[in-house]
Amino acid sequence: MITDLFSATVLIGILASGIRLATPYLYAAIGETFGQKSGVLNLGVEGQMLLGCFAAFYVALTTGNLWLGLLAAMVVGALMGLAMAYVTVNLQAQQGISGIGFYLFGLGMSELLFQRLMGTVETVKGFPKLSIPVLSGIPGVGEIFFNQNILVYGAYLLVPLAWFVLNKTTLGLKIRSVGENPDAADSLGVSVARVRYFTIILGGTLSGIAGASLSIALLNVFQQNMTSGLGFIAVALVYFGAWRPFGVLGGALLFSMVNSLQLWIQVLGIPVPSDIAVMMPYVLTILVLVATVSRVRAPSALTKPFEREN
Amino acid sequence: MRSRLNSLFDALLPVIATLAALAVGAVMLLLLKVNPIEAYAALWDGAFGSSNALAETLVKATPLLLVALGICISFRGDVINIGGEGQMIIGAVLATWVGLTFVGLPGWLVITLALFSGFLGGAVWGGIPGILKAYFNVNEILSTVMMNAIAVQLMNFLLRGPMIDPSQAQLASKIPQTARLLDIFHLPRLAPTRLHLGALIAVMLAILVYILLWRTVLGYRIRAVGQNPNASRYAGIKVPRYVVLALLLSGAFAGLAGAVQVYGVNYRMITDGSASGFTGSAGFNGIVAALFGQLHPLWSIPASILFGALLVGANTMQRAVQVPSALITVLNGLVVVFVVSSEIWRRRRQHRRLASAKEEESSTKQDQPQAQTEEAKQ
Repeated sequence: MITDLFSATVLIGILASGIRLATPYLYAAIGETFGQKSGVLNLGVEGQMLLGCFAAFYVALTTGNLWLGLLAAMVVGALMGLAMAYVTVNLQAQQGISGIGFYLFGLGMSELLFQRLMGTVETVKGFPKLSIPVLSGIPGVGEIFFNQNILVYGAYLLVPLAWFVLNKTTLGLKIRSVGENPDAADSLGVSVARVRYFTIILGGTLSGIAGASLSIALLNVFQQNMTSGLGFIAVALVYFGAWRPFGVLGGALLFSMVNSLQLWIQVLGIPVPSDIAVMMPYVLTILVLVATVSRVRAPSALTKPFEREN
Repeated sequence: MRSRLNSLFDALLPVIATLAALAVGAVMLLLLKVNPIEAYAALWDGAFGSSNALAETLVKATPLLLVALGICISFRGDVINIGGEGQMIIGAVLATWVGLTFVGLPGWLVITLALFSGFLGGAVWGGIPGILKAYFNVNEILSTVMMNAIAVQLMNFLLRGPMIDPSQAQLASKIPQTARLLDIFHLPRLAPTRLHLGALIAVMLAILVYILLWRTVLGYRIRAVGQNPNASRYAGIKVPRYVVLALLLSGAFAGLAGAVQVYGVNYRMITDGSASGFTGSAGFNGIVAALFGQLHPLWSIPASILFGALLVGANTMQRAVQVPSALITVLNGLVVVFVVSSEIWRRRRQHRRLASAKEEESSTKQDQPQAQTEEAKQ
């Protein structure tokens, strides 16, 4: 049985589902990276994801249009981001705690709407697999990388895009300077508030997409609290990836590959208690955080509200 | 007189924030085509309408208060513990194990041992993130979230395997639950309702935590580290040690909450696979209660009763006007957001007060670290 793990089909299966499972983490964690780079810790990701999850599913279910569903999730996520931005930038609320408030809000709201508008668990036909011509024909590699749905591709394209924006553009420079030294940025004429509004709303939008990727692309159902801590893991992955998009990618892949491995271990009936197997990615994340975090420095102004000295 | 008015205003801020949240809730109810007055009347009735209702409210408030006490300690030390759920679970598991193992011992002894082991279990589960933060620079928000997930799986594993009720183990259904605790191990009831000794213990501990935070060196140092770690370091306080202690104590109270839940209410552990299936989200709602009580152990008592009432009343409301009780989770979230947002007005007035005070006596208090001047103000 344990030898089944090393057969080619199973290995390809593990890798392919690992690639797929990383999708929601990537959207949410890249969004969170932008926020944290500008000095804002958004702990409400989980709530934004849950609302995005529901919005995408409900709109897709009632209109039959997956793209409208995705759009709905983005709008809902952006609105949550807007509220979060007002609370953290204008009202200078403590970010860790207000994030928990937004989490509870999203948790309750998505369940309330679910019970009121649907009541029972239903399924939709999510985004179909989109085989990339030629590339998907490569044995093994094709199945792993080029036979996924469109939201999966989007997540992986987002990583280099985020790297480029953060490191090679003026906007990225502004974001980083606001997160490192808002006073200096302010004196150079950068609007700290505007930059933070931008990154938080962007983060919310991406969290919305992350939720949608669960409900209309990967699992194709909606249940109460279906993200079950995924949004918090996404926040952890930002620390894990040391605030670098490619670091986040590495963390997301590691986490989802271990997750995929434990799913396949259960499928193959290898006698490891499933509860212990499910625990593994979390234990691993803590261990890797211990091994890596102490060597990297967070953005200096992270969680610090900005107020101009008069 | 002016300071009296100021502190009155500070105390009123959370009340205003709650009223604002209830007002938003009323708008939501209107959107759901439900009469808000009718809904809130049902909520009030469910929470305080009879002696049974009141007892249920206090039963719900008990774990909230215990978790909130821990939150008061950790947040005062500037460590954000959101691992209450996991700490409750580990405390409960350990306490349950004690009750199922030492069946030959007298009731009072087992109860004492169980509550103590609940405290210990939570302390371990909170202490690990504490050590990770103090010595490995791992953000405690993340590690406590991870520890929650690990605790849930550990509970599921134990309740499906080693700790499963022997009678369930033989059945095909295998409900994941432990055996029931012996009757003599149940926490005594305080009235002919479900109200149990745990409520009284929680209130007494609230007083103890108040003394700990404001009347002992340990509490003073935890708060000093929370307000200004650099000044504390210069003053010779070993900062990492107090970071660990703040999280450890915080976890211990949550662990005790878990133990009290088993010995006072459920008399066994049962899992539906999720954390909230056992905790009822008390690990999160306790944070809400503590914030609402301004991170003050004594103010956390009425705060916990308020949120206990909301949770109990929500069920009545659900039956009376068919509004899902998830509405209360939404309101809790709004209360948290409103309370932390309203802090800005308190800080602004404090700034103004400090500024005017500084002008008056700037010559006398120049070299004192900030932590000590803050202490003098208390």
